[in-house]
Amino acid sequence: MSSRRARSRQSTSSSRIADEQINDLVCKLQAVLPESRIRGADRISAARVLQETCNYIRSLHRDVDDLSERLSELLNNTEASSAQAAIIRSLLICGTKTGLGQVEFLRLDWSKTSLAEKLAILQAGRLNTKQANHGP
Amino acid sequence: MESKSFTTGNRDNPNTDLHGSKNMMASHFLRALFRIQQTSTSSSSFAGRSRRIRRAAYASMAYSAGARRAWSRALLRKLRSRARLRFPRRLSRTARPQRRDMDQAQVLRKLVPGGPSMDYCKLLEETADYIRCLTTQVRLMQTVMDSISSYAHHPMIP
Repeated sequence: MSSRRARSRQSTSSSRIADEQINDLVCKLQAVLPESRIRGADRISAARVLQETCNYIRSLHRDVDDLSERLSELLNNTEASSAQAAIIRSLLICGTKTGLGQVEFLRLDWSKTSLAEKLAILQAGRLNTKQANHGP
Repeated sequence: MESKSFTTGNRDNPNTDLHGSKNMMASHFLRALFRIQQTSTSSSSFAGRSRRIRRAAYASMAYSAGARRAWSRALLRKLRSRARLRFPRRLSRTARPQRRDMDQAQVLRKLVPGGPSMDYCKLLEETADYIRCLTTQVRLMQTVMDSISSYAHHPMIP
């Protein structure tokens, strides 16, 4: 594990290059942080960037937890066929973007879906195919 | 600002890479969600379903980045070992003066999968990618939520 102290013992030029590389990486990291977290973005220290990074990652982890709970509740409160149709529809939209539409479709377990659900899903699929055919 | 430079020596065009992995993430997560919806009954616990969804979220992130990233490899390892997915929640509110960036790096290592075995430069690089992926996943989950809620109310409207 390299440390700043070890690098400073090396020649000045190589430590300068290493510092430049680190500054560059810190800048790139700062760039993925949301605007609101960084004030006076120009003269920000690496320590501050890292601190804000830690805070941001923690808040993102909390968001994932929170959304998981809300999705769980939503699935519980939504009628099965509606939920499934919505999911299939989103999958088909994804599928047309990656060209994997047919494959996704076939992987789903049709045996567990009722007739009403199948109709809803096919409806969603028809609508999507229409969009796909008229798309760019 | 399209300044996503990849230092991993990836052959692929970075822009198509991100686009492709975004859809891969979405399709993986949606398929998992479909399975969870099918297999959850009225008797299954809310907490259990919630945990499965959370797991699916992290799995989708890890699969979308695949073996290309150290953080995704570490995350895949954790998921396969079926260990509990935990990230430190403790907020290090320090009344003390600003820590040096090396100390903050230690805190960061605990938050990024595979962090402990990364050197400082690697950590910075991996963290940026991890955050990009996390934000994509969060947005995806929000979109799915909106889609399901609106579909439930207006099933025939595209």
